[in-house]
Amino acid sequence: MNNVLRTTARCLQSGAWHYRTAQNNGELLSVWARLMCSSAAQKNLEEMVKKDKVVVFIKGTPAQPMCGFSNAVVQILRMHGVDNYAAYNVLDDQDIRQGIKTFSNWPTIPQVYFNGEFVGGCDILLQMHQSGDLVEELQKLGIRSALLDQEKQS
Amino acid sequence: MSVTPDLIREKLTAEIGAIHVDVEDTSPNRCAASFKVLVVSPQFEGKPLLQRHRMVNNCLAEELKEIHAFEQKTLTPEQWEKQKAQ
Repeated sequence: MNNVLRTTARCLQSGAWHYRTAQNNGELLSVWARLMCSSAAQKNLEEMVKKDKVVVFIKGTPAQPMCGFSNAVVQILRMHGVDNYAAYNVLDDQDIRQGIKTFSNWPTIPQVYFNGEFVGGCDILLQMHQSGDLVEELQKLGIRSALLDQEKQS
Repeated sequence: MSVTPDLIREKLTAEIGAIHVDVEDTSPNRCAASFKVLVVSPQFEGKPLLQRHRMVNNCLAEELKEIHAFEQKTLTPEQWEKQKAQ
């Protein structure tokens, strides 16, 4: 009897919610709980990527990127004069960090979304920038790239 | 089984018909297994960048689970020739 109490106390402390439900109602309930949590998280991500025209998931923040690839994304957007975008720091939230990889079906961070649509990671954004495609894509979003004005000046 | 440049090269050649693969192990610069690859394949023809990258990602799905950082450049044979000429 003591053993059961001790085990339950330990589970409550560690917040092992799935273990407790398994004890009470069997495996099925715990699987359902996990599914509900993950689909709720996915739905949240869907809203997040649609809420703003430009959405990026990076390590760190635009002011202080914590990874070279994330920094590249921030710098490219800055060069084009895009300063009004949503940036989510995956280092702050492990659920987002893992969730967005599942949601996008893309294995790495950073991740870029335009108008709720996945664009790619740092490589793709860089190539789009170099090829001129990025200026065009921004135009489709109704954003005028700063590079267009620079060209006019020179 | 750890990921090696040879394994990456083999898989890309076998599964997406890569005619040229450059694999650079950039792990020394970072904290964990990292690679930079250049993949040239005729199967990239007519496909937008994102689709090409997804092809590579799918091919290396198992390996990517262990890789921390991954850079890729995907070219068609024609694009690669042009790049070499520059």
